[in-house]
Amino acid sequence: MNSASDVLVIGAGVIGAATAYFATQQGLTVTVLDKGLPASGTSSACEGNILVSDKELGPELELTRYSLGVWHGDLAEHRRLWEFESKGGIIVASRESSLASLNRVMAAQARYGVVVEKLDPDTLRNAEPNITPDALGGARYPEDCQVQPMLVAAHLVRLATDAGARFVADTPVTGFLRSGDRITGVRTPRGDFSAGSVVNCTGTWAGELAALAGVNVPVLPRRGFVMVTEPLPPMVHHKVYAAEYIDNVGSSDAGLQASPVVEGTPSGTILIGSTRERVGFDGTVSTNALRLLAGNAVALFPFLEHVKAIRHYHGFRPYCPDHLPVIGHDERAPGLWHAAGHEGAGIGLSAGTGKLLAQALSGQAPDLDLSPFAPARFGERKENSTTHREEATA
Amino acid sequence: MTPIVSADVAVVGAGPAGLAAAVAAAESGAAVVLVDAGAQPGGQFWRHRPETVAPEQDGRGHHGWPTYLDLRARFDAARGRGRITYLPGLQVWMAQQIHPVQGDDGGFTLRTTPTAAVAALEASVGSQTVVARRLVLGPGGYDRQLPVPGWDLPGVMAAGGIQAFIKANGILPGQRFVIAGTGPFLLPVAANIAEAGGKVLAVLESSSPTAWLPHLRAAAGVPEKALEGAEYAAVFARHRVPYRTRTIVTEVLGTDHVSGVKTAKVDAGGRVRPGTERVYEDVDVVGFGWGFTPQMELPLSFGIQTRLDADGSLVGVVDERQQSSVPGLFLAGEVTGVGGATLAVLEGLAAGTAAAGGTVSPEKTAARHRRFAEAMHLAHPVPPAWQDWLAPETIVCRCEEVTARQLTDARESLGARDARTLKSFTRAGMGWCQGRVCGFAAACLGAGPGSAPTVESLSGSAKRPLAAPVGIGELAALETSDN
Amino acid sequence: MSTHSSGETWSVNTQGAVNVSFDGRPLVAVPGQNIGAALVSNGITAWRSTRKNARPRGLFCGIGVCFDCLVTVDGEANQRACLVEVQEGMEIEGSCADRGGRA
Ligand SMILES: Cc1cc2nc3c(=O)[nH]c(=O)nc-3n(C[C@H](O)[C@H](O)[C@H](O)COP(=O)(O)OP(=O)(O)OC[C@H]3O[C@@H](n4cnc5c(N)ncnc54)[C@H](O)[C@@H]3O)c2cc1C
Ligand SMILES: Cc1cc2nc3c(=O)[nH]c(=O)nc-3n(C[C@H](O)[C@H](O)[C@H](O)COP(=O)(O)OP(=O)(O)OC[C@H]3O[C@@H](n4cnc5c(N)ncnc54)[C@H](O)[C@@H]3O)c2cc1C
Ligand code: FES
Repeated sequence: MNSASDVLVIGAGVIGAATAYFATQQGLTVTVLDKGLPASGTSSACEGNILVSDKELGPELELTRYSLGVWHGDLAEHRRLWEFESKGGIIVASRESSLASLNRVMAAQARYGVVVEKLDPDTLRNAEPNITPDALGGARYPEDCQVQPMLVAAHLVRLATDAGARFVADTPVTGFLRSGDRITGVRTPRGDFSAGSVVNCTGTWAGELAALAGVNVPVLPRRGFVMVTEPLPPMVHHKVYAAEYIDNVGSSDAGLQASPVVEGTPSGTILIGSTRERVGFDGTVSTNALRLLAGNAVALFPFLEHVKAIRHYHGFRPYCPDHLPVIGHDERAPGLWHAAGHEGAGIGLSAGTGKLLAQALSGQAPDLDLSPFAPARFGERKENSTTHREEATA
Repeated sequence: MTPIVSADVAVVGAGPAGLAAAVAAAESGAAVVLVDAGAQPGGQFWRHRPETVAPEQDGRGHHGWPTYLDLRARFDAARGRGRITYLPGLQVWMAQQIHPVQGDDGGFTLRTTPTAAVAALEASVGSQTVVARRLVLGPGGYDRQLPVPGWDLPGVMAAGGIQAFIKANGILPGQRFVIAGTGPFLLPVAANIAEAGGKVLAVLESSSPTAWLPHLRAAAGVPEKALEGAEYAAVFARHRVPYRTRTIVTEVLGTDHVSGVKTAKVDAGGRVRPGTERVYEDVDVVGFGWGFTPQMELPLSFGIQTRLDADGSLVGVVDERQQSSVPGLFLAGEVTGVGGATLAVLEGLAAGTAAAGGTVSPEKTAARHRRFAEAMHLAHPVPPAWQDWLAPETIVCRCEEVTARQLTDARESLGARDARTLKSFTRAGMGWCQGRVCGFAAACLGAGPGSAPTVESLSGSAKRPLAAPVGIGELAALETSDN
Repeated sequence: MSTHSSGETWSVNTQGAVNVSFDGRPLVAVPGQNIGAALVSNGITAWRSTRKNARPRGLFCGIGVCFDCLVTVDGEANQRACLVEVQEGMEIEGSCADRGGRA
């Protein structure tokens, strides 16, 4: 048996890293386990956008705005470690119908306090000189920003360990320890780890982990491809995406969807992301996905037609059927907590999720009501035998 | 719409392996398509001046030229009979498996793009899509590099790059050369330079001739190598080329171009022996070669079984018919283990025959060449202490200009220990070359001082979902429906 | 731009001449040479500068693997000088920052 801690975090993606960091800040003793290294899951196969612009009104937007405050507040001193950049987002409408929806969304968001600025074709072209001549107008979101997600996860884990947390790599959790109904730790090939609270931050694998504890947390993979161009001089100045993208984000359609989010990076490459498709954990390269990404990107920025892609990659977004993350204590398995299922927004939401969860873990009332994200919304616990009765929780 | 070319057997690469495979498959009755990035057949070993300007070439500076001429004649004959469709000047950017459907056993698709998108090139053809039932991959490899202070200065070249320059252009890339690294390949490079009129100030070999002693039996199995060695010795004597063993370049000197090198003697582990430093001045080209790295992205894209070869390279596992762990996918040449052109030809012949459904009998010659290659790798290892030669500010990733310090920091403070994680944290390997040049070095740095990279780390850096840059316009125009 | 002494010709037939331009300046190349060789034999050994540290680069791998040797050819950016054969009238430009697409 490894020495016990207050909190045991499973998974060192951005969510687990932020949870460990803030829990340590709360004065809790923390152990983080990952089956690999920090940022070896979806957090290293995504983009680092922190977007307010694409959120529907409701709990997710609230969490986003809270999280944005944490990026700019608690985490501001470390911003250079993960290349934090506030470049703002621009949504472009090239059809009358999408311009109309964009205007509706904008109005609603503005009422909610989101900073958004309407762009007529001329101001749009000033902001993005290389945009398609078809653009009818757009909206600018100065709050949209970005980070380098792998560095976020790695540095938050390092900062946590500098402050006393323990990180154990290459340690897959294979089962839970229980005392009565209560989860008291985990089983791994490196022995058992016991803790006051166990937090499931395993992203797309969170459903499997929850099943080991006998509870249903329906997190599923939603595949996304991203394309990277050759390095260029600055040609795209914001995160630019098409108004149709907003419809895709909330969609439950299993088929392949893509609308381009095109953005220039400090290294000169342009990222073109991303597709959304429910195909399980299928890792084969989809020519259709590449074609769709390329076609949509060219429609938004015609100059891209003559630019070369040098790389593409894909990841699996962790999503729940209701498109809300699962954050909080699981009453069905006392002692077990979850922070997972952040779908296409986990990077942006990580800071807020980690801070809120750390407050709850240390017995405080969190700054934001977590009940919309409660794990118990997925119903009763199911029977399962992969937990281990613990003789003595030393 | 991209034209589709169909065949029984598709071959990638027109080097010794691919050329032999195409010829053997065609002579076994298959319809063959050969795709190669180069403008004319030959690959690296038989690279020669453009036939358009120099139709009759005597093979000067080439070994095995008669073998090339023989293969080439058979290749041209098969093309004449319509058995081989030759697609030069195209790079395969993606290879995929077609999953079997009822009544059909699947096959392979190759997506290609012009190597150079330059309208003025007569030879330039548009992209083609190749569909075939069997696939032979012979993509070869490139010089393996170990960074050293100053290696990013103009005038520093890959040893093979100098060789390629001479063979393709018939001229030298400079006048006063130092060739350094390890392995017998440094010899033909230096000999060709000297024969072409360049001054080779020194050939610096980090290993020692005594490293061959345990492997004399394997060496004796391939007497032609001894003959080649004797030839080089004669050339070196004639041009007074100094050959210094247990010696390395510790720094390339110069501000905007190479001006000289600092060298030192090393012990068997590659540690610099203090007091042995020496400076060569007035150098304008430095050639480095630390063996070769097989070009693994196409084989890896099929998820084939791999292994570490004796030289520490990631290579594909094949059976005696050169078939990989993926049925119908055959590998030949450097991607099954760096072993020289003669072996690549033998493997190519076997792969081509097998891919066409013919019978392949076990080859004694190939086995002898493999034993020789293994002995060569063991006698010319990457010196375990090479990471000590780096200064903190030495550029390791040339494209993204990532330094040795950034990589060791990521290992020590962020826990990165494989090439993939180092790439995530530092951008090493994310630039134009996609880690082809720095991949091995970064994997070593991830493993830590004195350690060699694992299969996992090397595969992480060699997986490149795009095997070549491809136009976004071309991608947008792909007509496809893959399920 | 760094210049250096050129290599001498080998005993091959290098008759004839191809006229090209490099950054607007006329150069004479040998038929069949690649752009990299044409530049080097005209004393130009670096024609690109890196994005971060503005360091000079020219040929390195010689076979299309390293992308150090990128040039713009007839307006087509980011072509590998070691792979493209010179043609009469070709306009070659070095790049002092990475350029993309059609310049
Ligand atoms: C193409 C694409 C683009 C995206 N773009 C954005 C974007 O721009 N902005 C944004 O905010 N979000 C984006 N996302 C979403 C974002 O990547 C995810 O929401 C986020 O990375 C999830 O983080 P995580 O920590 O929950 O999961 P992960 O990063 O997957 O971390 C889970 C960790 O758990 C570990 N683990 C799993 N099982 C076990 C076990 N049994 N034992 C121990 N450890 C285990 C894994 O090794 C892994 O390290 C994108 C996603 C994709 C696919
Ligand atoms: C630069 C260089 C110079 C060398 N010079 C010598 C020498 O002088 N003497 C010596 O003994 N050995 C030399 N070698 C080693 C020698 O090349 C090998 O032993 C031998 O050529 C291996 O044959 P191969 O057929 O496996 O590969 P190669 O000869 O490398 O042929 C591979 C072919 O595949 C093509 N290719 C690769 N990927 C793709 C793709 N995605 N799409 C389309 N085509 C592709 C390449 O362009 C190339 O034409 C050299 C190696 C290199 C890298
Ligand atoms: S010299 Fe490496 S690509 Fe041209």
